[in-house]
Amino acid sequence: MTIVFSTVDSDEIHTVTSGTTTYELVCGLEVHAELATVTKMFSGAPNRFGDEPNTNVDPVTLGLPGSLPVINERAVELAVRFAGAVGGEVRRSVFARKNYFYPDMPKDFQISQYDLPIVSEGRIELPGGHVVGLERAHLEEDTGKSTHVGGAGRIAGADHSLVDYNRAGVPLLEIVSRPHVRTPEQARQYVDELRSILVAAGVSDGKMEEGSLRVDANVSVRPVGSDVLGTRCEIKNLNSLRSLGRAIEYEAQRQADLLAAGDAVEQQTRHWDEGTGRTSKMRSKEEADDYRYFPEPDLLPVDPDPAWVEQICAALPPMPAARRAALADAAGVGLPNETVALIVERGQDVQARGAIEAGADPTRALVHVSQNLSGDGGATVAPDRVADLVALETSGALTATQAKAVLGEMVTSDASPADIAAARGFEAMDTGALEAMVDEVIAGHPDEWEQFTTGDDKTRGKLTGFFVGQVMRASAGQADGKAVTALLRARSGG
Amino acid sequence: MTGPSDSSYISAREIAAGVRAGEWTARQLVDEHLSAIEMGDGEIHAFLHVDADGARAAADAVDARVAAGEDPGPLAGVPVALKDNLCTRGVPTTCSSRILEGWVPPYDATVVERLTAAGAVAVGKTNLDEFAMGSSTENSAFGPTRNPHDTTRVPGGSSGGSAAAVAAGFVPLAFGSDTGGSIRQPAALCGVVGLKPTYGRVSRYGLIAFASSLDQIGPFSRTVADAAVALQVVGGPDPRDATSAPDAQPDYLGALHEGVDGLRVGVVSELLAMEGVAPEVAAQTRAAADVLAAAGAKVEEVSVPAVTYGLSAYYLIAPAEASSNLARFDGDRYGLRVDAATTDEMMIATRTQGFGAEVKRRIMLGTYALSAGYYDAFYGQAQRVRTLITRDFAAAYEEVDVLLSPTSPTTAFALGDKTADPLTMYLNDVCTIPSNLSGDPAVSVPFGVGADGLPIGVQVMAPARGEVELLRTAQVLEAAAP
Amino acid sequence: MAERITRDDVAHVARLARLALGDEELDTFTTQLQAVLDHAADVEALDLADVAPTAHPLALGTVLRPDVEGPTLDRAEVLASAPRAEDDRFRVPTILGEAP
Repeated sequence: MTIVFSTVDSDEIHTVTSGTTTYELVCGLEVHAELATVTKMFSGAPNRFGDEPNTNVDPVTLGLPGSLPVINERAVELAVRFAGAVGGEVRRSVFARKNYFYPDMPKDFQISQYDLPIVSEGRIELPGGHVVGLERAHLEEDTGKSTHVGGAGRIAGADHSLVDYNRAGVPLLEIVSRPHVRTPEQARQYVDELRSILVAAGVSDGKMEEGSLRVDANVSVRPVGSDVLGTRCEIKNLNSLRSLGRAIEYEAQRQADLLAAGDAVEQQTRHWDEGTGRTSKMRSKEEADDYRYFPEPDLLPVDPDPAWVEQICAALPPMPAARRAALADAAGVGLPNETVALIVERGQDVQARGAIEAGADPTRALVHVSQNLSGDGGATVAPDRVADLVALETSGALTATQAKAVLGEMVTSDASPADIAAARGFEAMDTGALEAMVDEVIAGHPDEWEQFTTGDDKTRGKLTGFFVGQVMRASAGQADGKAVTALLRARSGG
Repeated sequence: MTGPSDSSYISAREIAAGVRAGEWTARQLVDEHLSAIEMGDGEIHAFLHVDADGARAAADAVDARVAAGEDPGPLAGVPVALKDNLCTRGVPTTCSSRILEGWVPPYDATVVERLTAAGAVAVGKTNLDEFAMGSSTENSAFGPTRNPHDTTRVPGGSSGGSAAAVAAGFVPLAFGSDTGGSIRQPAALCGVVGLKPTYGRVSRYGLIAFASSLDQIGPFSRTVADAAVALQVVGGPDPRDATSAPDAQPDYLGALHEGVDGLRVGVVSELLAMEGVAPEVAAQTRAAADVLAAAGAKVEEVSVPAVTYGLSAYYLIAPAEASSNLARFDGDRYGLRVDAATTDEMMIATRTQGFGAEVKRRIMLGTYALSAGYYDAFYGQAQRVRTLITRDFAAAYEEVDVLLSPTSPTTAFALGDKTADPLTMYLNDVCTIPSNLSGDPAVSVPFGVGADGLPIGVQVMAPARGEVELLRTAQVLEAAAP
Repeated sequence: MAERITRDDVAHVARLARLALGDEELDTFTTQLQAVLDHAADVEALDLADVAPTAHPLALGTVLRPDVEGPTLDRAEVLASAPRAEDDRFRVPTILGEAP
């Protein structure tokens, strides 16, 4: 079966060349996010990372005979929040059993959602404006964790394995994108953006290093310009954004080489090895287990009340894309740029927007928030105080250097920017005093002045820095660099 | 019949009333029943495990409550037997399977908790067909149970141990599970009352699942009134079972003596004519209808056409669910492990050695019914038949309040009679299976004996949540039973 | 009537179900499963395209539980009933292959 791929709004496409043909990448991502609940998907055992092995277990977690699952309301709510955050649709959903034997799966089946997932559709807009559509998101339970003894801790060659079921039953939301990811960078951005959304909506803590976020990539290639999807391979074991990008690049090239050599790409699940930088075959589609899905008879369908869904979605905070747009709009910079994205990512967009709304020059406000308030406590400085500071700077009362110093102190002091500046002796020099100081410096460096007045642009540029520095030193930093430059130019007659 | 002491045959209600009134102690009664078991169970083999020490301690606790002037509960001092697929904390629970031999659950089933809270005293765990799969209790890995009325005969199954324990006078009350007739059929064969409540009425938490959408726990007793009290105690909503019905229970005992005057009773024609139903069993069913008519009920014959597909649908649905439910018995976490070099080989060795032939057969059948390419033809189709059966029952209940049919096609058959051919054994459940598929309540009441002198049971069925009408009807039949 | 289940099907299903069947058992099971499936032919033959499947006898609404911590099991008790335990974990033989 071939599926016609609808083009998305991006020109950026990753291409790989093999032989004489150039291929383009088509990629979809499956992200498993552990949900920020207190307890597990189907029982009251704690959902807590890092506890002593096999302590967060109850009869349901261990799949003891006679135990029964009951759906965690909060997990359903978090799935609904996710739907609201990505513009997805909440539907009547049915849990099903996915049957396969594996020691980390206590019941030897996983309770998941199959043909009727709780969330359908949705979209994620990357900071650069590229949009990745979502196909679905469904609820399921996590597995336990095995450690392998002997054989250098790897599964292959191990003597035996030890299983900890603390993670078993932890609620997961599996988020499946459409094949709208076209470059390795977009894949990284997608996961990054998804993580920001999950955190902003309170759905997951998003900690990739603790396994709260796990990514599989479905990679295929096709001749540039084709609108038919190629055969895909699913890449597993992508433990970092770095692995994700590298694995996609490698896999795209591997597939291109196969096609260029006249071979077919076989649909496979492949394993990424970060050490060797290669993917290797885990199993082919034919070898895939027959999971024998059927509706979970211990659970009834989940059909959330539309009023409840609406209420949850209405209470959601604004998502990163909306916040970027709002900040860019307030700053008058048109489309969100990197500074805007950075501020939103750090959660300082309310502060920046507040400063702009309080009258601060947008460019200076963005610079200060992104560069000078990024440290500890920077985000706590009230927007109107940031605006006051920017006003002192744009009126010429403070130089850029002084403004930065005052901001630094504002993080720990409640005093007004003006008072801090005054206490530091940052008073704008009057023009007469500045002129006298500039003349004094010129007189003290006749050779340099000679070169300045006669030299080419490059020399002048270099010596401007020298003279400004001398004036700064003489004024103990109170001189305004721009004013000094203007005076130097005036004195040199041009 | 084997000879338990006569005091063993008093009802649960009488025992509780005596304990509550201080006429006798729970300890006395429990000791008497324990000695009846000790004397008689060597021959019957109703029990897999008798917890004499636990029972005596529990009886003493009930007596202490009475002495302290506290309410000891509606089943104060009543010795009860539990089918060995109900989890009991600290007491071995095997499902009559080698694969669970030696496993001791770390928790109690909800019904066990509720029985304990009501003052009942669990004396032991009863024999069953392995994982409740069977109709004769011959599929137990620990040997068959014998029918107390004739020890060359089976007690029925799968809850044969519980039915036999009540029939033999070992306990006045026992609990079993019913997936396709596993309470009602052995009740019929052992001449006791066996009640399968509405699906969802009794929490399944702690019942080791056979087929989750069909399983339901219920009581065995010698009187309908005892069954009513037992259901009152174990029934009602349970937050640990998402399929437990949220509605509060009506007063079953209070409604028991309302009779059947004006009640509309339908005799299900298809079940009377079902393959293998013995003429004497059909005749007793008609006689029961006459008794109800004489008591003021309006009796007619009704048709529920889809019940004829019940057996086929059941033998696709139940094995499918079982194949998944029984996957967890893999040697990793509890129960039997047969060592091997790899986990996969260990799982295979454990399951191959741990499960008996019937369990394997059903796992195979269910795995096949769910496997790729066959799901729609088998499992999917069977689920649609389920809709048909439910629909046909609903149509019948437009016309009548309760339905009547045989419980088992025949009286108790001889041990070994039907073990050669699985399908012959499955046919025992043709009359009981439809209520499991629809989820409706049904009860088997002893009504007369066959030419062999063995008990015949009549089945009363009612729409979902219709236990009151069910028990009222059963009560009239009990009073008039030949 | 056509063969509903072949010996190869039975062998494949046994593998899926993690059961090892001997040659004789394979034959017996093939015959027995064939008989049950033949009996189910009446159901298979029905035209039920317009009938919705019943997964569940109970027509309840959505059933959820509050996200409140409940009791956990005692690790020592749980591991004591495990066939083999080591280092506070369940010990199993070598695992061949990653999880699906």
